[in-house]
Formats: sequence, structure tokens, C-alpha cells
Amino acid sequence: MNQLIFPLKRGIHLPERKSISLQSPIIESKLPPQLFLPITQPHYEKAKVLVSVGDYVRQGQLLVKGNGLSGINIHSPSDGIISAIGPHPIANASQLPEITLTIDTLPSDKATFCQLDESLETLKSEHCFSPMDWRRATPAELIVRASECGLVGLGGAGFPTARKLQAALQDVHTLIINAAECEPYITADHALLLEHAEQVIRGIEILLEILPQAECLIGIEENKNEAIEVLHRALLNAENSRIALRIIPTLYPSGAEKQLIYILTGQEVRSGKLTIESGYLCHNVGTAFALQQAVESGKALTHRIVTVTGDAVSKPNNYRVAFGTPVEFLLNQAGVNLTKLSTLIHGGPLMGLEVTSHMVPVTSISNCFIAGTIEEFPPNPPARPCIRCSYCADVCPAGLLPQQLYWFSRSQEQDKARAHHLFDCIECGACAYVCPSHIPLVHYYRAAKADIRVADEKQQMANHSKERFEFHQQRLALEKQQEESRRAERARLASEHKKTSSDTRNDAQALIAAALARVKEKKEITNKQKNKDKD
Amino acid sequence: MLSSPHQHQGHSTTQLMQQVLLATVPGIVVLWYFFGWGILINLLWISSLGLLLEGLTQILRGRSMIDALSDYSALVTAVLLAVSIPSTAPWWLGLIGISAAILLGKQVYGGLGYNPFNPAMVGYVVLLISFPVQMTRWLSPLVPSPSFNDSILMFADIEPIVGYDAYTGATILDAYREHQGGQLFTEFLSQSPLHGTWASYGWEWVNLAFLLGGLYLFYKKIITWHISLPLLASLSFLALIFHDGGSSASLGSPLLHLFSGATMLGAFFIATDPVSASTTTRGKVIYGLLIGVLIFCIRVWGNYPDAVAFSVLLGNFCSPLIDNLTKSKVFGERNV
Repeated sequence: MNQLIFPLKRGIHLPERKSISLQSPIIESKLPPQLFLPITQPHYEKAKVLVSVGDYVRQGQLLVKGNGLSGINIHSPSDGIISAIGPHPIANASQLPEITLTIDTLPSDKATFCQLDESLETLKSEHCFSPMDWRRATPAELIVRASECGLVGLGGAGFPTARKLQAALQDVHTLIINAAECEPYITADHALLLEHAEQVIRGIEILLEILPQAECLIGIEENKNEAIEVLHRALLNAENSRIALRIIPTLYPSGAEKQLIYILTGQEVRSGKLTIESGYLCHNVGTAFALQQAVESGKALTHRIVTVTGDAVSKPNNYRVAFGTPVEFLLNQAGVNLTKLSTLIHGGPLMGLEVTSHMVPVTSISNCFIAGTIEEFPPNPPARPCIRCSYCADVCPAGLLPQQLYWFSRSQEQDKARAHHLFDCIECGACAYVCPSHIPLVHYYRAAKADIRVADEKQQMANHSKERFEFHQQRLALEKQQEESRRAERARLASEHKKTSSDTRNDAQALIAAALARVKEKKEITNKQKNKDKD
Repeated sequence: MLSSPHQHQGHSTTQLMQQVLLATVPGIVVLWYFFGWGILINLLWISSLGLLLEGLTQILRGRSMIDALSDYSALVTAVLLAVSIPSTAPWWLGLIGISAAILLGKQVYGGLGYNPFNPAMVGYVVLLISFPVQMTRWLSPLVPSPSFNDSILMFADIEPIVGYDAYTGATILDAYREHQGGQLFTEFLSQSPLHGTWASYGWEWVNLAFLLGGLYLFYKKIITWHISLPLLASLSFLALIFHDGGSSASLGSPLLHLFSGATMLGAFFIATDPVSASTTTRGKVIYGLLIGVLIFCIRVWGNYPDAVAFSVLLGNFCSPLIDNLTKSKVFGERNV
């Protein structure tokens, strides 16, 4: 395997602001009075909610059963009572609420009290998984474990891990472990590595057990010195020759999937293709850790590490948080100053989402919450006209021409936008970050993509209708033809019948004639005899 | 709700334009030194008119006047036009020039960002074609520049008592093009009073000052080498070929071409106008090379004293085509 690093040709240097949340070790977050667990699923209709309002649930109990490997199993992060099932705001771009399980958590002493009765039962129940010896387990068993424990990608997309691994079984030759964490502020992966590097490496070893023919490359940005050190040590201890650590230059967006693959291998995943189709499987370090926990400790995925940071909190840090914890509760723990808070961001400052409700819960993709002040995130001045300075093109990691895409997006020239590879845009925001005219470029690209998708769907529906119409026409024509041939057949039969019947009539006449002839003959004979008698 | 990203580098179009204005200062100072007060009078006059016209069109279009004026683009256009026209220009020359630049060159297309041609050069070419006498009445750097009073008189379109001829003279590019053959290039240079230290007297310093401003813009990363360098390279290359060692048929040395006329102003301030230039990386190089070639051709075989304006406008014509032909391969298409 090539030992070289292939630096990105384009990208941006950002003020990191990472040290503010790395002051102390990961803090165990308190349990909020209520947890809000959205039933996020790739296929809602196929998922089964196993509990109803009023049910008493145990920590680790399965609440929602996903559909096979592509579904997501959801477990309860705590003991409690299901108090509601209904819509609740979550951090998403559409700002539409999602169906959410609300759990009224039980204080720990009460929970222990309850546990006394059922302790034995609980241990044996389906809520807990027994530790596995992964060196003896088959890949299929490990994948099933990942699915049972509700593992999803913790890097950002939240894709079911088991589904991804299943797809990777075919011909993945390189496992990429993403520890780049290239966005400013976020240190969740960094903090995880500082405290759990060995478990992360074991998680990677489990992944390699599932993919026996793959080599692993860990990519980490060079600004994380301490994390690199502990990873080095953990790797030395592990003595696994299939895992290599690669330190990559700090340049946003080095942590984007396809960009990271390029940095580590020099290979570009073909435009429009999935990384798995090209033989690469990417997982975040957090996911590797979750897999290790699921396999070696039998723990379902119910918690994650969240960076809570920004100038509006007095104790910025990394917290280990139960899924479903409302951000408000988390911010209060971090000492939020609500009068200073002006922008609350879910995720990083470049790709994250501004959150308007303080009740949105922590989910598997919540790596960071930034409580920013007005000085940190000043409102964008009004956009000025594009002067085509092409600074955006100089930083676009996808090699696009953002200034042209902007032009085509604005004027709704969808074919041109597509021809200029709009769909290769990864929405990293580098273009808008450098734009001197403050144009919200990514916003335009998202809108244009959505428009094109809608147009495509319409086109597809139109094609479908056209097909159906043509089929209908064809069928009518066929029916007409059949009807005609049937008519012809009937006509033919009728004419034949007519012919035969006229034949029989002739016969009858002949018979009559013959009979008449016979009668005549008879008459003549009798007449002759009469005449003879007279004579 | 705001869309991501939530952070910004902090640079603005306004700052960019301010930097461009700052970079013209050395050139303006040298022009003033050699050509007198007329330069500053023109600057003041044309800049005020430029801002006024830009503001008026905004009112007519029902848009915010402050928004348009505060991007400084009208001022940049006005300054670039003002430094391009002779210091003897009467007031109406500037008025017509800046009106053509702002109205015909920019606002009729929709304002900043929508103009296919460089507005300052549109204004310049309108003047050059319509008023060739006034537009070629450059002061000779060899004679003392006119007094402030004489400059005011010229601005008011009143011929000074000593007459324009006392001050004006051919530029070296004119002189060289029109000089009778049979003379070696070096002979011509040594005999011509217009010859300066290494190129033409006076103009070599003007060009050096604009080169300095250009390097400042380069240092500030406001422009890249992709247009300016190929422009200067193709101009020098052609000059070098046709210089043929300085025979009597020589068309001028590369140094003469680089440091005469508006070469440096054109290379760093005019051709680099991003709105009307090519926007792809390879396209910029081709665009720069093309303008350099055009400057040389029009200078030595054309009928006009200088060629930067025509060359840039012709380059502007080509830039959409160049952009279309030079789309680079995107990530995911390069090594597969």
C-alpha cells in the first residue's frame, strides 16, 4: 500500500476554535427529566413500535424494531415511562417535527428500587446482549449484532451500520476510518480518542474481522497531536499489521468522505458513484467505538459524545449524553448565558444547521452544539452581485465552478447546472465562506438540486403516463384487431354455413324432383295399366 | 432561518474595490509628476460624475442607491477611465466618457456583475473613436507640465495662450511606428529624445508605478497571475520575435512594449476585471495570452496609438466562449 499522502488541491484554512472544548475530560451528562427519541427510520412503514403510552421501560430495552438490516433498532437510554408518542421538533433542514417517543425518566434511586424486583429477569431479558468473542464469530453474526444494537454512522449521515457492512462484504478492499474532524469547534472524536483509543482500535479490528480481505487506513488531521499520540500507542499495543495511521494536512474539508479517500489513497471515487462501489468503506471513529461496545460489552447504542461549545456557554466541553436529551438541558449543564446566545447550531459552523427550538433532542448525528454569540456569528450582510472573482472556484474541493453554478441556479438553467456537475457539490460551504459578495451559494445549490429532483420526478411521472397511454392505445388497437379478426372469422363461418345450407336446399329440391319423378312414373304406370284394363 | 455555512472569511467586495483603488495611487502620483494637474482635475471630475450617474441610475431602477455606491465599483471604473485619458482633456470629454462607461458599459446590462465588457474601456473606446484629436493630445513628458491655471483653462476647453502644441507631442509608440525605415532600432532609440532610461521617457515610470500597484494586488491575493502574466508574456514573446535583434525592420524591443503606453495598467487593472474576464483557471491564461497578442498586433500593424482598450474588449467578447471550452474536470473524473 502506498505510504504517501495526497493533499487536497483545494480547500480552506479555518480558525479552529477547538481548544475551547478540550479543557477537561469527557463529562457524564445528567439524565434529563424527559427524553425525546425520534423514530428516525429509512422505512417508517416497516418499523414496529413495540411500546405504547404508559409502558414502563428499562434501560437498554428495545423500543422500536427496525426492518431488518436497513432499519434502525432504537433502545431506551434509561429507565422510565413512555408518556407520549407524537410529533416533536428535531434538528432537520425542513423544520418539520418527527414522530417521537417521550420517556419520563425515573430518578436513579427509584430505578434501582424497581430493578431489585426484576433484576434477574432484566438480566436475562432481550434488553441485554451477551459479550461476544469476535475473533471466533462469523462476519454474519457480527453484522447481526451491529443491527441488533441499533448501530448507525455517528459521523453525520446516520446510515445503518449493518446495512453498510452487508453491502461492503462483496468487494471492499480498503476500510477508511475517519478521524479527520475537519470542522471548527467540534472535538467529539478527538475527545473520544483521548479516552478510548484502545477500544476504537479494537472496534476497527472487529470491522476488519468482518472484512477479512481489507486493509485499514486511519486519517487524522495533523492539528490533533495528543490524539495522534494515543492512537500511535494503541496501535503499537494492538500489533495489527492491517491498520495504518495516516496524518493528513489540516485543510477543510479533508473529512468529507470522497475527499478523505483521495487524501489517503490518491484515488478519486468516480463522480456519481458510491464509495462502496469503488471498494472503499468509510466509518467514523465514533462508529468503530460503538461497534466495540456492542460486540465486547453487549451495549446498545443509546449514548454519544457531544461537543457543547461556543462563547455563550461558560463550561464548553465534551459530554457523554443519552440520546433524546433536549439541547436546552445540555446547554444549562454547560452554563449557558441565554442573553448572550444568538445562534444555536447543530453540527459544525460550516455544514451545521441552525436550530430554532431549544427542545430539539440529541440524536445519533449530533456531534456538536454551538451556542454562539452575535460577535461569533455576526449576521451576514446583504448579498451583493457576483463579480465572478472566482475565489470560490479556487477553494472548491470538488473542482466545480461555483460562480457558474450560481448563475445557472439563479436563472433556473437546470440542464446547464447539471452539465456543470451541480450534483457533485458536497455542500461543504467553502465557496460561500470566501465569497466577498456574501452570496449564500450553498443555499442556491440546495434549492437548484431540489428543483431538478422535482423536475426529474415530474419527467418520470410524465414518462410513466406516456408509457401507460401508449400501452393503452396499443391495447385498444389490439382489441380492435382481435375484434376484426373475430368478425372476419364469424363472417367466414357464416358464409360457409350459407353455402352448406344452400347445398342442402339443392339436395332437397333434387329429392323433391326425384320424388315427383317417381310419383309421375308411378302415375304413368297406373295410367298405362288403367288403359290396358280398359282395353 | 440561515443556511450553512454560518461563518465567513470577512472579506467583502467593497474591501476588494478599495484595495484596487489604493493600488492605483503610485501610478496616479507618477502621472501627476509627468503630466501635471490635469490628471488630478480629471480624476476628481470623472469620479464625481461616475458616482452621480451610478446613483441616478439606481434611483431610476428603483434600487437602493447606498448599496450600489458603497461597493466602490463605480469609483474604480471612473478612476481607470480618468487615468486613461489625456491630462489636457476638456470637461465634456470626461462627461461623455464616464456616461458611456457607466450607462452603456454597465447599467444597461443590469449593473455590477452583469456587464460583458469592461465599462472603463467601453468609455475609452467611445471617446477614442469619436474624438481622436482630443484623445491623442497627450502632453509630452519632455517639456515642463502646464501650470495649474493653464490646466484649468484646458479643462474649461479654452486653449492656453501658448497653445496646446507647446505642451503636447507624440508618444514613443507613435514615433516609432511612423519613423522612416533604414534606421536600426538602437539608432532610432539613441536619436529619439523620447527615449528614456530603458523604454520611453516618462511612460517607463508610469508603467513601473502601475506594475508596483499590480504587484501589491498580487501580494494581497486580489488578483492571481493567471491573466497578467500570460498577457505580458505573449506581448514580450511577439515583441522578441519581431525585434529580430534590432534591425531596421524591427517592431520594437520587448522592453519598449512592456513599459510604454498602458501596458502595465492594462495587464494588472483592466484585463483582470473579473466580471468581464474569463473565469476558469485555464480560460484566464488563454484570455491573458490572447490580449497580449492583440495588443502587439494592434500596436504595430493597427491605426491606433495604443491597443489595450481594443484588445481587452476583444478579449471580453471571447471570454464566454473560452469559459465554455475550458471547463476543468471535476473531482471524481480526473484519474478514473
